[in-house]
Parts: sequence; C-alpha cells; structure tokens
Amino acid sequence: MTRYVMVADLRRCVGCQACTAACKEANATPPGVQWRRVLDIEVGEYPDVKRVYVPTGCQHCADPPCMHVCPTTATRQRADGIVTIDYDLCIGCAYCAVACPYEARFKVDHPKFAFGEEASVSEQARFDEKKIGVATKCTFCVDRIDSGCAKGLVPGRDPDATPVCVNTCISGALAFGDIEDPDSNVSHLLAENKWFRMHEEAGTAPGFYYLWDKEAP
Amino acid sequence: MKQVVQAKLQRYWDLRAAGNFSFGGTGSGLIIAAALAFAVGAPALAVVVAIVLGLGLIGLGLFCVWLEIGRPWRAINVFFHPHTSWMTREALLVPPLMAAGAAAVLFDIRFVFLAALFAAGFLYCQARMLHASRGIPAWCQKETVPLILSTGVAEGIGLYLVIGLVIAAAPPAMIAAALLAAVLREAAREAYRRGVIAAKAPEGTLAWFSLREEKLLTAARYLAIALLALAFAGLVPAALGGLLVVATGWGLKVMLITRAAFMRGHTIQYTPARGRDSSHAVMPS
Ligand code: SF4
Ligand code: SF4
Repeated sequence: MTRYVMVADLRRCVGCQACTAACKEANATPPGVQWRRVLDIEVGEYPDVKRVYVPTGCQHCADPPCMHVCPTTATRQRADGIVTIDYDLCIGCAYCAVACPYEARFKVDHPKFAFGEEASVSEQARFDEKKIGVATKCTFCVDRIDSGCAKGLVPGRDPDATPVCVNTCISGALAFGDIEDPDSNVSHLLAENKWFRMHEEAGTAPGFYYLWDKEAP
Repeated sequence: MKQVVQAKLQRYWDLRAAGNFSFGGTGSGLIIAAALAFAVGAPALAVVVAIVLGLGLIGLGLFCVWLEIGRPWRAINVFFHPHTSWMTREALLVPPLMAAGAAAVLFDIRFVFLAALFAAGFLYCQARMLHASRGIPAWCQKETVPLILSTGVAEGIGLYLVIGLVIAAAPPAMIAAALLAAVLREAAREAYRRGVIAAKAPEGTLAWFSLREEKLLTAARYLAIALLALAFAGLVPAALGGLLVVATGWGLKVMLITRAAFMRGHTIQYTPARGRDSSHAVMPS
C-alpha cells in the first residue's frame, strides 16, 4: 500500500513563502486562496520568544472529517491517501470547510482577480469556471503525481512526480513521499527526527508531519 | 508558554445557515408539539395549523441553505452520502416528513405522530451536523447535541402556545410542557457553557458568554421561563412566554453560528531546535 505524506522540517523553514507562491502559480488560485500557506507564529513570552514558520495546508488526513460530512461524495480519499474534491459533484455547501480542523478549505463564490474586476491575460487563460462556488484545497499536486507515476517516476524523489511546493522550497524544509515505503525519504526523515502532527486531538490522523529536533542517537 | 496565533471566526456559514437551524429547529419542534397537543386533546384545527406552520418553517430553513450554497442548481447531490453525512440524512428525512405532515392534514390527523417521529429525526440530524464540524470547537462539543435538541423542542412548544392565542387556548398540559422544555433548554445551555470552558475552546468562543447581546439573551430566556410559570398559574397569556422562548432560541442559534464559531486555529507542540538552541515543548495557551 502507498500512503503519501508531507514532512515539514521546522528547523529549516525560513518563512520565505516560495512554496506559497509556487502553489499559487501552479494551481492558479485566486486572491485570498492559499492552498499552501506558511504561518508566522510567535511563541513564548519576553524575553524568551521565538518565531516559528509553519508550513500548512490540507493534511490529507487518514480519517478526514471533510469527507465524512460531505453530503455529495464530492470529497473522496484515494487508495494512496490523497483526499480529492470532485468539482462537478460539489454543491458548495462548505460543510467540509467547517469540519476541517486545519482551515485548509476555501470557497470562492465569484471570480476574483489580482488587479481588479478584469482578469489579466494569464488569469484569463487559466481561469477555471468549475472552481467557482465549490470547495477547493491542496491536492498534493495529484496530477503531477499521477502523470509522473505513469512515466515510472517516484513521487518525492523525482521532481516531475512531486508537489511543486516541495520542488520550490529553498531550504529543503519540505519533503514528500510514501510513508509505507521504509526506504522513502519521508520514512528516513521520520525515523531520524522527532516529529509531531498538528491537532492530533481531533482524531484525523493527518498526513503532515513536523520535524523539530534530531532523534537521540 | 504562549503561542500568538489567533483562531479566526469562520465565515463559511452565515445568517442563512443560522436560518436553517432556527427555522428548521422551530419547525420540527412545532410538529413534535403538535403531536403532543393532539395527544392531550387539543382542538384539531390548532394541531393542523401547527403542522402546516411547522412544515413551512422547515421549508423556509432549507430555502435559506439553498441560498447559501455555491451551486444551488445541483442541490439534488445533497442526497448522495447517507453513509456518514448528517447533512444528507437531514435532507433525506424531509420528503417523508412532508408526506406524513400532509397526510395528517389531508387524510387522518393521527399521522401527526409519524410526522413527529420524522421531525425528531430531522432535529437530531441538525444537532449532529454541528457536532460533526470538527473545525469549530463551539460546535463539535458533545453538549451541542442536547442544546440543539432542547432548544428546537422548546421553540416548537413555545410557538404552539402562540398559535393557541389565535386559534384556541393551549391546554394547561402544553403550558407545563413549554415550561419544562424551557427549563431543560436552560440546563442544556449551562452544560454546554461548562463544556466549552472545560474543553479550552478558543478565546473568541469563550468571549461569547460575556457579550452584551448574550447577556441580554440570557436574561430574556429567564424571563421566558418566568412568564411561562405565570401563565401556568393563569396570570399572563401563555403566548407571551412562548414567543420569547422562540425569539431567544433563534438568538442563541444566530450567536452560535455567526459569533461563537471560531476555528481551531493552528498550534504547534514543540518549537524547532535551531543551532545550539534547545527546543521547547509548547503548551498551547
Ligand atoms: S486537512 Fe482538512 S481538508 Fe484536508 S483532509 Fe484533513 S480535514 Fe480534509
Ligand atoms: S462544499 Fe462540496 S466538497 Fe465540501 S462538503 Fe459541500 S459538497 Fe462536499
């Protein structure tokens, strides 16, 4: 079995938002919609204060509440763990958005463009009417994964089969791969480092791991 | 250790969604009240009016939702996921509820009991819908279910008392039922309040309880209970207390959906170890 997950090394992330920009470019998301985000969190109290950059987005949960609540079956989970949305089925009820503990879902009811009412040439070329009035979110670049795999490439190892945010990350903070494969990069990272997942208490078994320290030798 | 990251108020569901919980809750409660009234010997006309009004309110609530969804012309897809979606289950109960209500009005008033059964199911689905919203601590609290159930039933019986003012005075048993339902609603609201505090809900959600509007609503709910007690003693018209129960129930749901519904926010358990720096376990504040 394959289970794709994302790993974010908090020690490496510098908050440059290159992944955010790459995601917006790759997926042509409208203003205000960020499938990949990097939070800028202040932690601690003076004088012991730290700033932590936390990449986030859809966690492709193993037990996704968004899918359970969806009344139309538009939200589904593939065998490889990727949670998808069928834009033709979705009615835009946004129930999934309030069920998601990670604020990962977006819904845009009217076309929005970066420079006012009119779409720029590139926005016009990439505008997708199907994404209006429905829920959207990070897809783990599922099309790249599928087309890459069809060419015999390995997601997480070969850039053409890997999410663009991971390819773009300047510091190697983001990694992607199959957690079920003991030899994958993500399996190694998780074995060699201490990690946590966000909102474990929500019982969603998220597929997004945060590294924060080396594992004791 | 404190984390400065603010949980945001959800903006996906607005007054239109609150309309579904308010009108749908009162409508289903009213059909339950109609069955109760019929059982205690209320005049058939009042029961019929209650059924028609109850179905109308449920329809109005669903219309509100229809106005809110992004793709209203494919709303029929809502029926596709009864396996796990409480929204689908709520929608699936509407046709049999409408049919049983219509049968009670057109053929045999005793169908009101069947309609009340479906109405109870509909109300339960509404409560579970909120409870399943794991992104919103104010909703996914287990105490949300009795809160939504009790407020729907209290509103329904309250509205029945208002109908009684116009058609035929409500039997004393209905006033007693309204009083009991209003008290139970208050108990459920208090259990809910304690629950969200114990669960360390986001600050914005907890702040709800000290908002001026909420304090006014709470005072009005107590007043409704007092009025119903006086009405039971025959001192004031029951419809007064009933109307206030309905208004405060709607107010509660508007607050719950639009003002208290903060998202979980983002928290990290540990800060990263950088350079010679040690990492910290982070206790969410
Ligand atoms: S992060 Fe949210 S949208 Fe993504 S799978 Fe989990 S619950 Fe669904
Ligand atoms: S907005 Fe679409 S994907 Fe989300 S719950 Fe509704 S129908 Fe499902």
